[in-house]
Amino acid sequence: MDEISVLIGGRAGDGINSAGLIVAHLFSQLGYQAYMYFDYPSLIKGGHNFTIIRASRQKVGAFRAKVDFLLALNQDCLDLHTARIDAKTVVICDSSRVRAEGICIPIPDILKEEHAPPVMGNSCIIGAFARAAGIGWEVVEKVLTQNIRKGLDQNKKVARRGFDMARGYVTVPVHDSPPLPLLSGNEAIGLGLLHGGLEAYIAYPMTPTSNLLHFLAEVGEGGDLLVFHPENEIAVILMALGMGYTGKKTAVGTSGGGFCLMTEGLSLSGMNEIPVVVVLGQRAGPSTGMPTYTAQSDLHFALHAGQGEFPRLVVAPGDAEQAFFWSSLSLQLAWKFQVPAIILCDKTLCEGYYSFSDPRETIPTIQPQPPGIPGTSYLRYKVTDDGVTPPLYPPTKETVIKVNGYTHDEAGITTEKAELAALMVEKRVRKGMALERELALLPTVSRYGDPGADSMIVCWGSVAGVCREVADSLGMGVVQPVVLAPFPKDGVKAVLGNPERVLVVEENACGQMEMLLACHGIRASGRVHKYDGRPFTVEELKERIAGVP
Amino acid sequence: MMTDRGLITDAQNTWCPGCGNFVIQFALRDAIQSVIDSGIERERIVLVTGIGCHAKMADYLNVNSFYSIHGRTVPVATAIKMARPDLTVICCAGDGDAYAEGLDHLVFAAKRNSDITVIVHNNRVYGLTTGQYTPTSPLGFRGRSTPGGTREEPFNPLEIMLSSGATYVARGCTRRKKNLEKVIGEGIRHRGFAFIDVLQVCASYFNLSDVYDRHVYELGEGHREDNFSGAFEKAREWDYNSESPISIGIFYRTLRPTLEERMEKPPGQIMNRPALITKILESRT
Repeated sequence: MDEISVLIGGRAGDGINSAGLIVAHLFSQLGYQAYMYFDYPSLIKGGHNFTIIRASRQKVGAFRAKVDFLLALNQDCLDLHTARIDAKTVVICDSSRVRAEGICIPIPDILKEEHAPPVMGNSCIIGAFARAAGIGWEVVEKVLTQNIRKGLDQNKKVARRGFDMARGYVTVPVHDSPPLPLLSGNEAIGLGLLHGGLEAYIAYPMTPTSNLLHFLAEVGEGGDLLVFHPENEIAVILMALGMGYTGKKTAVGTSGGGFCLMTEGLSLSGMNEIPVVVVLGQRAGPSTGMPTYTAQSDLHFALHAGQGEFPRLVVAPGDAEQAFFWSSLSLQLAWKFQVPAIILCDKTLCEGYYSFSDPRETIPTIQPQPPGIPGTSYLRYKVTDDGVTPPLYPPTKETVIKVNGYTHDEAGITTEKAELAALMVEKRVRKGMALERELALLPTVSRYGDPGADSMIVCWGSVAGVCREVADSLGMGVVQPVVLAPFPKDGVKAVLGNPERVLVVEENACGQMEMLLACHGIRASGRVHKYDGRPFTVEELKERIAGVP
Repeated sequence: MMTDRGLITDAQNTWCPGCGNFVIQFALRDAIQSVIDSGIERERIVLVTGIGCHAKMADYLNVNSFYSIHGRTVPVATAIKMARPDLTVICCAGDGDAYAEGLDHLVFAAKRNSDITVIVHNNRVYGLTTGQYTPTSPLGFRGRSTPGGTREEPFNPLEIMLSSGATYVARGCTRRKKNLEKVIGEGIRHRGFAFIDVLQVCASYFNLSDVYDRHVYELGEGHREDNFSGAFEKAREWDYNSESPISIGIFYRTLRPTLEERMEKPPGQIMNRPALITKILESRT
């Protein structure tokens, strides 16, 4: 048994997400790499929530169509997932709410006897699952102790009752790899930003990046990170630019709707050269769309948002390690080149959990710009060879620092003179070229699978995980541009080679990556799109690729 | 450009002859000079402006400045003050900026008692876009977007600010420079959110010089600045619409903790980032 999949489902409020995480931690302790997908509708109580935890000896970033264990806290969980069950699937359920064949536990009776609240039903079913999967009680006890803050003893008792009532079906083999941390994409982004030197984070809550706000707010309570939630996303980005003006390294987080409100501020950042990092978590649109479901339909929005022309950095990490790595670099690069940077992610990455291999030793340190020379002759927009002006921040002795969203001269004073306007446009263009040169030294394109395959997949963002796995099984190669602007066209072409087929896989309807590739002279021969808000399963993508002529 | 050690830059001034902005500029310059004379270094002063005629102040005053976009002075100023409480942050905003495009930010800054000063150049007309009505234009104002006259009453900005929690609420008028300099200076010195609505003459599109000369009077000795309901009543004396006496001066002044004071963290909370990241990773294992 190299891998195992578990689905746990119930109503919103049943603690499904935390139960899923406990199951993922059980596998971590047994030496597996885990990935967890969390599916929930946009409501607070009721509905149907479920998570799928997939554990494997290899790194995983996708789930399968079938599950080995189905943990049902209500009847919906069985009825809605019949397609995921086959003869081998072990069903574990709450016998008071579900009619099924398998391990049926009278959860309410147990909770009553232990004087435990209803939400602890998830611990009970986890105990039963552990026994059914042959996971030792000591592992369960350890994981519960590490992850439960409130009512630990009661949770343990309830879990033990579930454990004792079940019987073993299989024994998940134990491997001696040390357990890896489990991080959500949001947490990986937050930690990466902190690694890059984040000093302030400003956001208005919006799925799927609200949890990044919550995570950093907790971090900020204990230290010198400034976290603020203002009245709207317009205030968010303008506050970030105010912070940046004083030299504070600042990021903001939102989704498409909030980013719409930020675009005028983004353009201001392009013009007044105050850097800002925007974490843009995509979800199914247009408009409010499906707030808690995934999409990759904001690529061109991220590339082109804001009036006028200005250089920007856009990165699209595909897993937790890339999220950490590129969040750190985005912050460092934005500050070095005084440009806005966008970390383009999606619901799948932001709210998915991944076994995390600490990438810190591989992250290069970007040499920051040397500061400007203080004094009355300081020019905030002094024209330089690479277009980047050595910065100073107020208060600096004897120095007046003027930033301006109008076309301005070197001192930051508004101008409409033709030659000055052209000079300043060229200054900003040169910054973009300097950024491109710096990126040429960085791993802007990832590749997986067979590098010499005559059939190649091009994908971006969170889809990379499932593409990697499918490519391995079909003998294909995968090219994942992680940096999307400035587009690493030479890097993509070099890695892609000259294959017979180029298939572009993306979770949108119009082929946004395919269009971007075409702009750079890279032609696709086929495409697989998905736009129902759900990520590809391994089987689904395999089947879809097989169907491409 | 910045070699001039004085408070006025050598940028070419493009306001119309007779524009009320000159009066605000000199009042603000003199108020800033007195702040500097009181011991605050010039480099600790930051001016944030929006978009419109008023906003050229950023080009004309030789201090740190952030020339923002329309309606967005207040969030920039709030953040600058939050990041560096040792800076003195002044916003110059137009009535379009403060009351139309960016009203939400103004209300929230008052609610939070952010320690910034907002000076609204309220000429009650859009000048730079050539004469349209603003939130404080009188009912029936005939502008280029309302040739038949507006069909809505103006806001009373003082009422909005008092209701929102501003701890310093004042009004000035460009026809009374000395009083204007006083209310701006006091506003800058006020610890907390200071709001100053400045009735400004627009020489080209809405010249109310006669109206203001006829009706404006200074709040007398008898006015109690710490009396909220008295201030509210005084603010309602004129509704920005009809002809009635228009008082100027400090309507309301009180003290409550500022946003920056409430956000202040105990000293010594400097995080060791690598150790913090390692600790969080361990807690997730």
